[in-house]
Order: sequence, then C-alpha cells, then structure tokens
Amino acid sequence: MKVIVDQNKCVASGQCVLATPEVFDQREEDGIVVLLTENPPEHLADDVRQAAVLCPAQAIWMEEQEKNE
Amino acid sequence: MSTISAPGTDAPSAEVPDYPMTRAVGCPFDPPPTLYTLQGRAPVSRVRLWDGSSPWLVTRYEDQRALLADPRISADSTHPHHPHQSPGSLVRRRQSRSFISMDDPEHARQRRMVTAAFSIKHVEALRPAIQKIVDGLIDAMLAGPKPVDLVQAFALPVPSLVICELLGVPYADHDFFQANSKVLIKRATPPEQARAATQRLIDYLDRLIGDKLVHPADDLLSTLAARVKAGELSRREAANTGILLLIAGHETTANMIALGTLTLLQHPDQLARLRESDDPKVIASAVEELLRYLNIVHSGRRRVALEDIEIGGVTIRAGEGVILANDIGNRDPAAFPDPDRLDIGRDTRHHVAFGFGVHQCLGQPLARVELQVVYGTLYRRIPTVQLAVDLEEIPFKHDGLVYGVYELPITW
Repeated sequence: MKVIVDQNKCVASGQCVLATPEVFDQREEDGIVVLLTENPPEHLADDVRQAAVLCPAQAIWMEEQEKNE
Repeated sequence: MSTISAPGTDAPSAEVPDYPMTRAVGCPFDPPPTLYTLQGRAPVSRVRLWDGSSPWLVTRYEDQRALLADPRISADSTHPHHPHQSPGSLVRRRQSRSFISMDDPEHARQRRMVTAAFSIKHVEALRPAIQKIVDGLIDAMLAGPKPVDLVQAFALPVPSLVICELLGVPYADHDFFQANSKVLIKRATPPEQARAATQRLIDYLDRLIGDKLVHPADDLLSTLAARVKAGELSRREAANTGILLLIAGHETTANMIALGTLTLLQHPDQLARLRESDDPKVIASAVEELLRYLNIVHSGRRRVALEDIEIGGVTIRAGEGVILANDIGNRDPAAFPDPDRLDIGRDTRHHVAFGFGVHQCLGQPLARVELQVVYGTLYRRIPTVQLAVDLEEIPFKHDGLVYGVYELPITW
C-alpha cells in the first residue's frame, strides 16, 4: 500500500493525526499534513483508510502497490 | 416583470415547509420530526426561509458529505442567493466577513494563518492547562452554595478561559464579549441590534490587535497582528478572524458541556459507563458520540451552488441556495446503525457535527480536548451530580443558531 497526500488541498483539521499518528504528522508552521512514511506496515492499513475517510478535504488516498518480483 | 422569479423563489409555497423546523415536545435531544420525514421521502427538497426564499435542504449523510466537499459549492456569504440564517446573521456576515464565509483561494490563505495554533500537538500541549482550569472551577462549585447553574459556573467559563488564553484576549472582558456573542447567535435578534453588537466586537478586536502590533505576545492575535504588519492582512480582516475565533471558541464548547451533561443525566447507564472508565479511548469515544447525537450547530451549513449539480434525484441549479442539515445527517441510519440511540461505545468518528469539506471546524482539535477533559473529570469529581429542577423546566435554545440550554441548575 502506498499513501499519497495533497498538501495543497489539506485544511489542517488534524483528523489523520488522530486516526494514524504513526503515518501522519502536521507542519509546525501551519498544521498542514506531513507524510511520515509512504509505505506503512500492513497492520496500519485500516487506520490509514479511516484517516482517508475522515479527511474533510479529501487530501489523502491510497494506491495498492503491485508486487515486484 | 413579475413572471420572472429569481432562483430559489419559484417553488409553490403550499408544498414547501418552513425551515428551521420545530423539535417535538418531549424530545429535546432529537432533530425535528419533519427532518426525519424528509430524509426518508425527499432527501433533497425545497424549504422556505425567513426571507421567503426556498433553497434546497439536504438531509442524507452521504449527500451532505458529497456536497460539502464539492468545489462547485460556495460558502461566499456575499452571494445574492446565500441562504442566510436570520436577518441578524445576514447583517453580521456582511459587516464582519471572515474566512468561514469565503471560498478558496482566499479562504485557504486566511485560514492557514491561524491553523498552527490548532494542530494536534499544539492542542495536546494545552491539555494540562485545561485540566487545571476545569479542576479549579469544580473546586469553586463544590465550595459554593447549591444548587448552582452549571452554564454560568462551569460550561461558559471553561472554553472562555481557554480561548482567551489562546487568542490573547483579557478574560476580565468576558462579560462584554459573552453578552455581544449572545446577541449575535439568537435567531430573533433584529438587524440593528446585530449591527451594533458586531460593531462593538470589531472595535474591541481592532483595539486589541492595535495593542499586539506594539506589544506582541505569544498568542493568536499577535500572530494576526504580525500578518497585518507584513501587509498580508488588513486590520479589519484580522479583527474579523478574531471575532470568528472568539465566538466560535466559547459558544459551541459551552453548549456541548451543558447540553452534554444534561443528556448524560437522562441516560444514566451511559453516564455510569463514562464515569467508571479511566480509559482515554472510552472518554474520547463518548465525546464523538455526544457530538454526533447532539449536533448543536442545528441550523444547517449554508451554501450556494455555482454550477448545476445532480444529487439525490434532483438537479440543483447554478445560483440556488443549499442547506446541509447536519443534525439529521448524523441520525442517518445508512451511516449510523440505530442512530437515535446514544451509545458512547460506538465508533462514530465519521460524524458531520463539525461539518465536512474545506470549511470543517478549525477548532475541532481544541473542542475535543476540552470536552475530553470536562467529561472525564466533572462526573468523577461530582459523582452524585443531578438536576435541581425537572427536565420540563430547563430552557432550551430553540431560538439559537447554536443549540444548547440557557441554564442548567444542578445539585449533588
């Protein structure tokens, strides 16, 4: 799973940080989303999906990655 | 030419219900019955407002989320068909227009000037100070006479003290700003009174920002003053943002504290669950459920369609007003099973009590921490807390732009 965020769309509601603090943080100067890891471990997948649902600006989405041999 | 009608005024009045609607007698915690009917039968339908206009009312959760996140929907309160909440609200929004009534990119530019103060980290750092405020006010209540009005002794002071600290507004002025705020959030306030109250708040905030220009401190008004100094914001814009944060920062949380307490007193099983748990997750979950269940912003989010939008089986035309009734959206069985049951254990984080889209409440992280501290402390410190009068004697804010109770006499 690859996580993508759009800092231009973000409105700094902080919902993603509450849902998955292991993956999302906020910029010190304006609270805009910072992605801590693009490829979070599988056990956080549900929390990341929840963060995407909760994001009021719809600035978070996921791409299921192809398995490279 | 009388045959040409403006958008939003052409529906036959006989079929169009007035909005806002009245709650059922004996059901002060539930949305008006007509909203349930509309959600089931006509989820996007016209309603009649105070000025005779007939914007669309959207009652289903998914439709509300879709529209609030839709860039074809405008929050610009200067649009001629913006569905204003009341004559007084129209005056206030024109006279003191903050970013809540603007569209991007200007909305984003101004909002981002104040978002740092409401980041999760920043707000969490305030938790000990909020706990101290809550503990101090409870100590004072316990030491004083009873019964006591929880609104005046606790529910209003908690968020007022916090927002004053955050903004850099002297708490000594709380009688002044609470009185003017009270005028502005009553639906029946005549325009001239709303204009006078707004002007008093503009003058007050302008004076404070003037002080911060000369003597900057570590607070949000100083942040705004710095933007004024840099030429990025006019003093009037800074004052308007200050008014928005000051009013929104104390009125809403105060109502959630008092109305939430009353709700829990009417649901003793839920109150017991909350009181007996010291798990922060249980307390956080209770806060979300009470936000969903009570949805105190009960007059709907107000917007205008900028293009034709197909939704819920109808076409909203460009230029027509749209109201998103989040109170009934939060009782949509498609999003919340058994929605009229208060269950503090359910996962209800996806509620729309703070709205949705780019305008979703800026202060929500602060409101959450305040309510977590309050709900996690008050009923443990005063375990025998009870109403000092009958429920029928409690004055509810049916006429408020924000719902709540005017008084909550409690004893223990």
